[in-house]
Amino acid sequence: MKARVHVMLKDGVLDPQGEAVRHALGTLGFSGVEAVRQGKVIELDLAATDRAAAEAEVARMCEKLLANTVIEKYTVEIG
Amino acid sequence: MKAAVITFPGSNCDRDLAVAFERIGAEVVRVWHKDAELPKGIDIVGIPGGFSFGDYLRCGAIAAQSPVAAAVKDFAGKGGYVIGICNGFQILTETGLLPGALLRNAGLKYVCKALDLRVETADSAFTSGWHKGSLVRIPIAHHDGNYTIDDEGLKRLKDEDRIAFTYADNPNGATADIAGVLSANRRVLGMMPHPERMAEPEHGGTDGSVLFRSLAATMALA
Repeated sequence: MKARVHVMLKDGVLDPQGEAVRHALGTLGFSGVEAVRQGKVIELDLAATDRAAAEAEVARMCEKLLANTVIEKYTVEIG
Repeated sequence: MKAAVITFPGSNCDRDLAVAFERIGAEVVRVWHKDAELPKGIDIVGIPGGFSFGDYLRCGAIAAQSPVAAAVKDFAGKGGYVIGICNGFQILTETGLLPGALLRNAGLKYVCKALDLRVETADSAFTSGWHKGSLVRIPIAHHDGNYTIDDEGLKRLKDEDRIAFTYADNPNGATADIAGVLSANRRVLGMMPHPERMAEPEHGGTDGSVLFRSLAATMALA
């Protein structure tokens, strides 16, 4: 079973990298990009076969390591 | 005084920190990240700067899950003194021993230079050798030193007098110019600047040595 974790900075936490990307897009002539937020995607291959159990397990991984919940939020997709 | 200095794969200020402790007469024991226990009888743990585990995932995130990190948490929980410098500060926030987090510098550049810090409290074993408001010159060298904390957390730090140092001229976008913070019991300090790199005349200044001498004075009284 595959899991995909999206980690993003929480709303309100300044994202200097996203801001730099937004600026660079403007320089390239892509007008109208009002905001860019940059995050990361983590893909996991799991031995688990139970969907709900896998989702709960990956959420625990996020809380413990994959995300820093002081500044980041995460979502988990299974399958 | 007995100090433990931890080395992770990618630490690069561990020797400098050990030397700074030795200069104040401390016995220094070097500890490897896989050690699940700290040496017996230590007074303080030093977590050095560098790029533990290549800054993979987030700065300090992997180191914070290492066997020695659990031992450091246990030590701090029993009232032990801990100092984390630069990557050490990042590791301490990742373990939850200190609040907040260190994000990418607002200017996106790695900044390496000596700058002025304001000592915000003299009420700690680390800062007792200064006066509140003293300006001290200590270098920074980091890419991810943008200290971030929510409003509630910031208020708590201020109310409890736990901001140890601020930047006179903010180099990285840190919230409230914060360069270093203390734990609730004032025995864990995390700071981005490197006092161990400004601790001998040959370094170009000795302001950083005051921190280590403050510690020595506290330990001598204990």
